[in-house]
Amino acid sequence: MKNLNIRILISAILLWLVPFISFAQETHDSLNTATHESVESAEFDAGKMIMDHISDAHGWHLWGETEIPLPIIVYSSDRGLSVFSSGRFHHGHSTYNGYMLKEQKIVAVDEMEETDAHHATINESVTANLYDFSITKNVFALIVSIILMIWIFTSVAKSYKTRPNQAPKGLQSLIEPLIVFVRDDVAKSSIGPKYQKYMPYLLTAFFFIWINNMLGLIPLIPGGANLTGNIAITMSLAVMTLLITVFSANKNYWVHIFAMPGVPVWVLVLLTPIEILGLFLRPFVLMIRLFANMAAGHIIALSFVSLIFIFGEMSAGVGMGVGVVSLIFMIFMTFLELLVAFLQAYVFTLLSAIYIGAAVEEHHHDAEHHDAKVEEALII
Amino acid sequence: MELVKPAFGLTFWMVLAFLIVLFLLTKFAWKPILNALNERDKSIEDALNAAIKAKDEMANLKADNEKLLAEARQERDKILKEARVTKDNIINEARDKATAEADRLLILAREGIHNEKMAAITDLKNQVALLSVEIAEKIMKQQLADDGKQKALVADLLKDVKMN
Repeated sequence: MKNLNIRILISAILLWLVPFISFAQETHDSLNTATHESVESAEFDAGKMIMDHISDAHGWHLWGETEIPLPIIVYSSDRGLSVFSSGRFHHGHSTYNGYMLKEQKIVAVDEMEETDAHHATINESVTANLYDFSITKNVFALIVSIILMIWIFTSVAKSYKTRPNQAPKGLQSLIEPLIVFVRDDVAKSSIGPKYQKYMPYLLTAFFFIWINNMLGLIPLIPGGANLTGNIAITMSLAVMTLLITVFSANKNYWVHIFAMPGVPVWVLVLLTPIEILGLFLRPFVLMIRLFANMAAGHIIALSFVSLIFIFGEMSAGVGMGVGVVSLIFMIFMTFLELLVAFLQAYVFTLLSAIYIGAAVEEHHHDAEHHDAKVEEALII
Repeated sequence: MELVKPAFGLTFWMVLAFLIVLFLLTKFAWKPILNALNERDKSIEDALNAAIKAKDEMANLKADNEKLLAEARQERDKILKEARVTKDNIINEARDKATAEADRLLILAREGIHNEKMAAITDLKNQVALLSVEIAEKIMKQQLADDGKQKALVADLLKDVKMN
């Protein structure tokens, strides 16, 4: 298990080196093209580069002008369904089938035939009723990660079947402590005797977040997508926790929200809205915490890369010097991010379990203690 | 700001993908794994309990063995003691019987010897009487070979008769 972990660490570090090469090429290309095209600026815009990298995209940018086109699936109530490759947009330079890319977003245009995107007129009414189901960079990373998850866990499950009642071996011995950890330290301790019902969700959420956090650290395709640092992903997870909490909540829980026992009526007027707000605030904080942590990790790593190019524009020597320092910081940050990747998966799962635990709790002798636990959990 | 606005498509795919993963993994991974873990925990617990039970049984068995051994020892002592008594009895009885037999045989022998002796004596007496008669006869025959002697004898005998 130790060996495997070390191997994962080493591969993560090695793969970090890849963006240096790709970025170097990118700036080189843009500097070359800048002389020919006045549209593109020669100035290295760190903010734009970072935002481009942590946002979703309709193509998997590899280096320079090279990117893997991804399927575009758009449904419009006016025009129906259209499916085509994102390569048709020619990096946003042309329209296709009445659509074009505007800042990585698909908008409808009046021109149905292929034209220059810079001269097309946007059709606002069609754009408003547009549903973009495209397999974007993040959706692609999502599909890869779920295939990876299904492969890992079904093969682990198989080894339990082939070697029953024996000590774990191989991949099984990496996964088993984590499953036992989620079972004993997350589910059992936070939910109590009814924990078994919620184990599948907690395990899936834990491993989904952890694996995607780790994949996000690898800058090579299919890793490197900022999936868990995307608000849509964290929102979906948080809403699932909210729905599980709400649908498994017992009478006791609702009584404590709408009419806290032993509290005067005039206090209830104040307390009940706060409790109702808290009901939604908890998953909201879950969503923001995971999103902010993972996005910030990517931003910091990309900032170190940007530093090299910002100083490199001043002088090549300074760029080299800063590059060495940046590299050291990036290696340090990668180790930190490996920790954060696990920690955020753990925190999300633990808090989900605590919220579910609060919803299914039967007795309330230790109500104060429990509330303190939830409040404490909210702060993390 | 685009960054904090959840994209519709990604949310749709995420919910769909997550639910599929949740369903597939629950069926093909989490349940078998958790069941296997529970089973293993249970088998370890059972094994530990069985070991404790076996230890107790061993202790009981040992106590039983010692008890049995003590009993056996007692039994042996008792049997030995009984055997010794029996042996003594048999020996004594045999000795008594032998003595009695010997005495009886002695008496018989003595009686036999006595009887034989008596018979021998009687026989000897008869033999002696017979021999005496024969000797007397022979002497008489010799002495009465001539007339003179016969006459002298008769005279002698007559003398005796007269005296009677």
